[in-house]
Amino acid sequence: MTVFTLINISLLAILVATALTVSRLRALYEAAMLSALFSLVTACLFVLLDAVDVAFTEAAVGVGISTVLLLGGLALTRSREAVTPRRRRLPGAAVAILAGGTLVYASQDLPAFGSADSPVQRHPLTDTYLHQSQEDIGIPNTVTSVLASYRGLDTLGELLVVFTAGVAVLALLGPLAHPVDARRRDDLDLVDYRVLRVISAMLMPFILLFALYVLFHGDFGPGGGFQAGVIFAAGFVLYGLVFGLDKAQQVVPRVVLWALIPFGLLLYLGVGVVNMLLGGSFLDYDTLSSDPAAGQHLGILLVESAIGITVAAVMTTVFFSFANRRATR
Amino acid sequence: MIGTHYVYWLLFALMMIGLYVVISHGNLLKKLIGLTLFQVGVFLFFISIGKVDGGSAPIVSDDVETYSHPLPQVLILTAIVVGVATLAVGLGLAVRIFETYGTVEEEDVLERDTTP
Amino acid sequence: MIVLDIASVVLLAAGALFVVSGGVGLLRFPDFYTRVHAAGITDSAGAGLILLGLLLRTPSWETGVRLLVIMLFLALTGPTASYVLAFAARRDGVPIWREGDPRR
Repeated sequence: MTVFTLINISLLAILVATALTVSRLRALYEAAMLSALFSLVTACLFVLLDAVDVAFTEAAVGVGISTVLLLGGLALTRSREAVTPRRRRLPGAAVAILAGGTLVYASQDLPAFGSADSPVQRHPLTDTYLHQSQEDIGIPNTVTSVLASYRGLDTLGELLVVFTAGVAVLALLGPLAHPVDARRRDDLDLVDYRVLRVISAMLMPFILLFALYVLFHGDFGPGGGFQAGVIFAAGFVLYGLVFGLDKAQQVVPRVVLWALIPFGLLLYLGVGVVNMLLGGSFLDYDTLSSDPAAGQHLGILLVESAIGITVAAVMTTVFFSFANRRATR
Repeated sequence: MIGTHYVYWLLFALMMIGLYVVISHGNLLKKLIGLTLFQVGVFLFFISIGKVDGGSAPIVSDDVETYSHPLPQVLILTAIVVGVATLAVGLGLAVRIFETYGTVEEEDVLERDTTP
Repeated sequence: MIVLDIASVVLLAAGALFVVSGGVGLLRFPDFYTRVHAAGITDSAGAGLILLGLLLRTPSWETGVRLLVIMLFLALTGPTASYVLAFAARRDGVPIWREGDPRR
């Protein structure tokens, strides 16, 4: 048994144990905190499986954003779950066992874990992504080149989903639905905590600087628009939590945020349209410069910034929507 | 078989825990947490298919020979952010349901709908 | 170089020991405040010593600088988190365990 297998199995065991505990807990605040732990362990597993970009995103999203959103949702509803009656447990268990059994049966056809000659690895596209991309695009991080260039249209679709989700949350909870329901300033303000305030104020510029670094360094190392957007949003969320929502909304007014949500998407689309006007196909960055590789660099940078803007604006807006809502009891 | 497929099986177990929570539990927020568990299982499954033994992260450099496959990583990277966006929509719906019905338990909501 | 290797192994082992003792403390200490103390140890002593041990075996100075930056941020955030947790618990009136009380 190699060291890799040992670490892999222990991390997976921790994951399954955490999942079991989460599924049994009826106190939902505890469940939310444990699911943050779950995300951290998942991020470690992603690093082990060579997916550094994904690990980065999971750590920022799972611990930073989704925990805060879950806690915000819980603060607005009940944080204690009713006992699941016995008659409800059986169908769920039956479905889970059946589906799990089917999956295990079907997994016999899967290639061995980590095998280098599985259909996925032997496909000619693998060579295109890993080696041809060095000549086509010339950036070392192939995840970025696949994300922003080869599968740019796909990523545009994903960004559209994020955009739609942001609009949906605004429609459900935003001030458009309840114009009177404006700000609320009570327990979310942590103004008494002086140490926390000093340290947060000290770290804030570094968080934002780090987000920018992640955005612009995505060509060479792990990073890119999605990660940068989420880190930006996490910074704003921290600011809002520690210094109060009023202050956070003075720093980034809601109108600016609402304008930034479609701006990123339009920038992305705009790059594609400019490519078409210059005689290429949609999102074919070669046309942006006389040298195709330079064009690709510029296109990827613009597209990643567009992703970062929309993701950061949507996540921050979602947080403000939850935090501004008054609890009804 | 065990030596080569154990990762998949453990991940299936993870997914099934999530599926069980989604189906059996009546609390809407708990269902969302269960959905997240299921989702993470699927993410890890995708990534583990792209992994190559002795490989390294797909960032090309001169002193690395084998790389894991970048495509699953790209798909999952975007899926994580989309996942948190959809979680936010789900939470928003749960909050609105709570404001209308005063409960987030599925059965109580259904009961209030059926009693005139 | 062998001296550096031995020193780094010693530091890593000490860090691992602190992490394990933090975990044990988290499970066995009787009340919230002592458990926060145990969790704080993993953050500061555990992670700090492990990072120091890694620092002694970094191949290039770029990685070393990154490790130092991580150490700096950990030194700032870890104690803050422990302090905020304990302070919040005190403000909410979580009682302190005394000799002879039951565990909670």
